[in-house]
Amino acid sequence: MGKWPSTPAVSRPRWRCLILVISLAVASPLLVSCGTENAGVVINIFNGPEENFSSIVDRCNSLAHGNYRIKLNQLPRDAEGQREQLVRRLAARDSGLDLMDMDITWVAELAEAGWIKEWTGEDKKSVERGTLEKPLKTARWNNKLYAAPYNTNVQLLWYRSDLVPTPPATWDELITAAEKLADQGKPHYVEVTGAQYEGLVVWFNALVTSAGSSILSADGKRVVLDSKARKALEVMKKFATSRAADPSLSNTHEQEANLAFQAGKAPFQVIWPFVYAATRDSNPELLKKLRWAPYPGIDGPGSSPLGGAVFAVGKYSKHPHEAFAAATCLRDPESQKIAAVKDGLPPTIRSVYDDREFIAKYPMRDAILQALETAGERPSTPFYQNISTIVSTVLSPPQAIAPQATLSRLRAEIADALQSKGVLP
Amino acid sequence: MSRHVREEPTTDGMRAEHRLGLLLCAPAAAVMLVVAGWPIIYSFLLSFQRYDLRFPQARGWIGLDNYATVLTNHYWWVAFGVTVLIMVVSVAIELVLGMALAVVMHRTLVARGLLRTAVLIPYGIVSVVAAYGWKYAWTPGTGWLAGFLPENSAPLTQQIPALGIIVLAEVWKTTPFMALLLLAGLALIPDELHRAAEMDGASRWQRFIHITLPLMKPAILVALLFRALDAFRIYDNIYVLTNGAQSTASVSITTYHNLIGGLNLGIGSTLAVLIFLTVALIAFIFIKVFGASSPGTAPGADPKERR
Repeated sequence: MGKWPSTPAVSRPRWRCLILVISLAVASPLLVSCGTENAGVVINIFNGPEENFSSIVDRCNSLAHGNYRIKLNQLPRDAEGQREQLVRRLAARDSGLDLMDMDITWVAELAEAGWIKEWTGEDKKSVERGTLEKPLKTARWNNKLYAAPYNTNVQLLWYRSDLVPTPPATWDELITAAEKLADQGKPHYVEVTGAQYEGLVVWFNALVTSAGSSILSADGKRVVLDSKARKALEVMKKFATSRAADPSLSNTHEQEANLAFQAGKAPFQVIWPFVYAATRDSNPELLKKLRWAPYPGIDGPGSSPLGGAVFAVGKYSKHPHEAFAAATCLRDPESQKIAAVKDGLPPTIRSVYDDREFIAKYPMRDAILQALETAGERPSTPFYQNISTIVSTVLSPPQAIAPQATLSRLRAEIADALQSKGVLP
Repeated sequence: MSRHVREEPTTDGMRAEHRLGLLLCAPAAAVMLVVAGWPIIYSFLLSFQRYDLRFPQARGWIGLDNYATVLTNHYWWVAFGVTVLIMVVSVAIELVLGMALAVVMHRTLVARGLLRTAVLIPYGIVSVVAAYGWKYAWTPGTGWLAGFLPENSAPLTQQIPALGIIVLAEVWKTTPFMALLLLAGLALIPDELHRAAEMDGASRWQRFIHITLPLMKPAILVALLFRALDAFRIYDNIYVLTNGAQSTASVSITTYHNLIGGLNLGIGSTLAVLIFLTVALIAFIFIKVFGASSPGTAPGADPKERR
């Protein structure tokens, strides 16, 4: 015990050494980071699950030459969950949200709330250059560009050539064709996304635009839904109560629709082009019989629904400059080609459609381009989420539609929603 | 401390002690005020405003407009009706099943510990996990329960079957809790009463009706109160099973949809306040009308005192 007081003196050099080592260890990362400061700029992108998106990110990271590094953060699989996470972060002024991959229907809402940055100057020009008009329109709000179109989407009528010699052009013809197959005891269902979710809104909106009407006026301030829209509801009702409809129509999402088609229960389905790649990978036999036709109309040619995704820069981002640059790279022709060929997402840049590799994978290229000409957008309004919830609630299940009453209810509830009044179901 | 000391501090020493007592619990009270009091007050304040996160400029005080909007709204009353229905039906079933389980647990002679543990298992499973279990079980094509149904039926996509499944999931999950609360009440009934009644020739059923139930009334009321309040706030089961589709939303689901999905803080807070008031009303009815009391606060809580 008596030795204790002398101990510090003995070990002093060792202490010094230890302190030196520790301070070096602490300081070294600082020194390194001082050297390559730009590598520290991390651009956080929030993206829904997309199988090959990480290879696009890797490509842009290597092209960035250390100016920034994109970090991929995955959002939930369903669109509603994605939107919820994004708006919660934005409402909390999250500065770690630099870049987001979002559905085209959220642009107006987030722009109006001031949560996404406007694209200006050189960034804006590079987005507008060579981009198809329809997708570009969905990226604008109040004539300002708030997002960069990444992919677009249109629905087609997919059918089996062994059961259907000539594709129907209208919903009435489609129902008749299906019932004829039913009479012959053959598979006869037409798969449509009729469950209570966005897919039902997509279907309704496409029929309304095909009938020559719209849900909202062009400025998004007023409900339209006139007598032509009633015609759309009549068609939905007629379809849902006919033998053409799958009995589980009110529970059909994209997944179930395609499964029924793959299983041979349905000779028709009205859906996005991903089914082509899905059939090619899982069912080569069926691929030989798989054909496509334009979206069915009411009286004349139909107008397909318009889908797609855009990139937007978060308002609270600390590195907006790098975020715009990263978004520009993530949506350039080469990136879009990767997404189109590997993940089945149709591009928004016209030149990609002429790429040889693209053409080889997209035999329905012409049909997509043609559908994009007449595709009907969903209403462009900050209230889109409310309108979508109301429409899917009121129209579900589709068998229970009573055209006139349903139309009045839609008009009243959407008008309320436009005033921030009214409760969401 | 016995009861008379608490009333009025008489001497200086007592007064100082009283002050010290207040001082010591002040931090806890302050924390409670901040974490529980302020959010409640804030909800009330929001409920008097037009406040939609998408339109920050349009924010303003609008008095009771939000309440008028909600209370005249069809969706709110449907959700309210659905919630009350779920609450009444599930709590009633739980009471009967819970009582049966409690009696079995009380009377069983062999493997008592094992039995009690087994009964408690559903209560120990995370409710979201259990709800997913039910969801998949009822999904056509993948579920083992859906296999018993006629082809092409998807019970979760129709209102009445979906509500039935929600009640089933709720009952399965919380009956053990009910049984446990009732078991505690059952354990307090002295055996002599039963033996005396038996001597007088009372049957099992008569003893249950005339001895067990009256003596257990406080325990039953507390169990009912807890479960009713809990059931009125039902959220997780519905969120997983239907997310409110086909008019199966409870008031909590509707509130969530308006607050988080709709970004409407005004309407959402109004809904939250209305839930708060309803829960308070239910508690009030239980305490004032039925004379329920939380354990250990009033004479009614202790069956021995009543004797």
